[in-house]
Amino acid sequence: MLGEGIIKGMLETARNFAGSYVSKERLITVQYPEEREALPENARVFPFLVYDGPEWLPGLRCVACQICEKECPPKCIYIDKSADKKPDAAGKPQNYPTRFDIDVSVCMSCQICVEVCPFDAIKMDKQFEYSTDDRFGGLLLDREKLAKSNEYYHQIHPVEANEVDTRLAEERAAAAAKAKAAAEAAAAKAAAAKAAAEKAAAETPAAAPAAEKPAAPKPPTSGGGGA
Amino acid sequence: MITPILARQEGWNRQPEIVPDGEGELLEVAMGPHHPSTHGVFRMDVTLDGERIIKLKPVFGYLHRNHEQLGETMSYLAIMPYTDRLDYFSSLSNNWGYALAVEKLAGIQVPERAEYLRVILAELTRIQNHASSVGFLIQDMGASGTPLMYAFKEREKILDLFESLTGSRMMCNYMRFGGCRVDTTAEWLNQARKVVAGIPAFADEFEALLTTNEILMARTQGTGILRPDLAVNAGITGPLLRASGVNYDIRKVDRYGIYDRFDFKVPLGEHGDVYDRFMLRLLELRQSVRILEQALKDIPEGPIMDPKSKIRGFRPKPGEAYGRIEAPKGELGFYVISDGTGNPYRYRVRPPSFVNLTILEDMCLGQNVADVVLILGSIDIVLGEVDR
Repeated sequence: MLGEGIIKGMLETARNFAGSYVSKERLITVQYPEEREALPENARVFPFLVYDGPEWLPGLRCVACQICEKECPPKCIYIDKSADKKPDAAGKPQNYPTRFDIDVSVCMSCQICVEVCPFDAIKMDKQFEYSTDDRFGGLLLDREKLAKSNEYYHQIHPVEANEVDTRLAEERAAAAAKAKAAAEAAAAKAAAAKAAAEKAAAETPAAAPAAEKPAAPKPPTSGGGGA
Repeated sequence: MITPILARQEGWNRQPEIVPDGEGELLEVAMGPHHPSTHGVFRMDVTLDGERIIKLKPVFGYLHRNHEQLGETMSYLAIMPYTDRLDYFSSLSNNWGYALAVEKLAGIQVPERAEYLRVILAELTRIQNHASSVGFLIQDMGASGTPLMYAFKEREKILDLFESLTGSRMMCNYMRFGGCRVDTTAEWLNQARKVVAGIPAFADEFEALLTTNEILMARTQGTGILRPDLAVNAGITGPLLRASGVNYDIRKVDRYGIYDRFDFKVPLGEHGDVYDRFMLRLLELRQSVRILEQALKDIPEGPIMDPKSKIRGFRPKPGEAYGRIEAPKGELGFYVISDGTGNPYRYRVRPPSFVNLTILEDMCLGQNVADVVLILGSIDIVLGEVDR
């Protein structure tokens, strides 16, 4: 019969229309600004900089190594390296960024900066409402706007943040143990040298001034390790 | 009156030219670049004799973004997110094609679990691409809204899966050389199983809605016929070729990845018209469900990355490689030449939409001007891939 296919199709739409009154499954739209769906854990929008502790500038994990700046596919990261050094999260003296800008109007949310960062300093945010009427300045985020606390990172990516924290803690423990071992070794060496010098001085008093030099205690090599 | 004069090029076997009937004047119409049916910024310079197409010249390049040259200036890894933007409907397939080429170049092995994940994601991509391309085709035909929204309802579920796994709905940037970026959870796999189980019901509903619709049949059957010999000569691939009855599917021919482990059929068309292409996509969608069911059942535990491959400082040794996959739109190939440095010496994309679009004129000659929109929709182009 001509028109059978059309009627069949219309029955299908009628079924869906009527069904939308009884079944919640068929109502799939969300009235966006009023209603919001929770973003999944893995969601990524734009990068931000993680800092530890209460203060954002001293706590920044970023050491201005500029790897992300080089690897960024659309080249939207701009970093200036500091001339002086400050202790980083692990206590070692490191550079820090005097300028860290991300142009989010260029950023394509690819997450490559996060993957290449060896210090877990840059992570992806879930904040996507960046609309502004200033298309140049308003979308160029500086380091103060980008800096967000580790607690915030835990809030938005709990599983990932826990993994990162465990890894960082392990690395710090390993670095501390290494520094301690190095310090101990240096101390032992110094003590041995001193003992040798004393012994040499006791045997041949004339040679004592020459043996003084290696016996001098060595300065710690790695700045203490901050353990 | 249609009078064939001669094939325009020896051995090329193109559609015979159409000569005007001599009554009245010819009319030149520029369809596009801002025409809603052109699926983006694409122009067709059409010469009309009355309603009939005498000549059609596709004009593209409005969305050209220098993809290949750009790729040669950046690291191998940094190209990966740009491949998402080629065919923005099926970013995961694009990722796989590029990863395959570079893995061939560098000789990296992919772990079992990652291979399964790739198959699952590529087939989910195929399903959502076919669902939406069929929806758009019907939309071009004038069925405004309803079928497209039905297709998008299903696509939405798949995009939610992508988002919860890769972090992004369309620009997934998920595959890496030697595996995948993040591992799935058992929860995600269960969710995927649930979505896949719902797809046959969607296909049934969609077929009940449309396939026997008399208006659709009258518009599409016998429209835009592509002969198999012409299709093969022009290098057409994908659903467009198979709708003409040529059995050529790279999943079966190359058996890249682990496609040799799955039991599935390659549906073929008979007439090569728009209706066949429409039906073929629905049939392929059901075959993808079959592959997905097997893959989701068999997926093993294990690592998802080759431990030898590295993210920073990736430098394959000098050589060249061509990796190709069966993307939802046809053969998607990536050709990479390495000179041993951090960025490719030459990087070339063989996009299926672009090659399939070259046959547009031959399918349109002699048809009505309203059918051009339909034929273009049945090729299933994405301008991001055509223009690169």
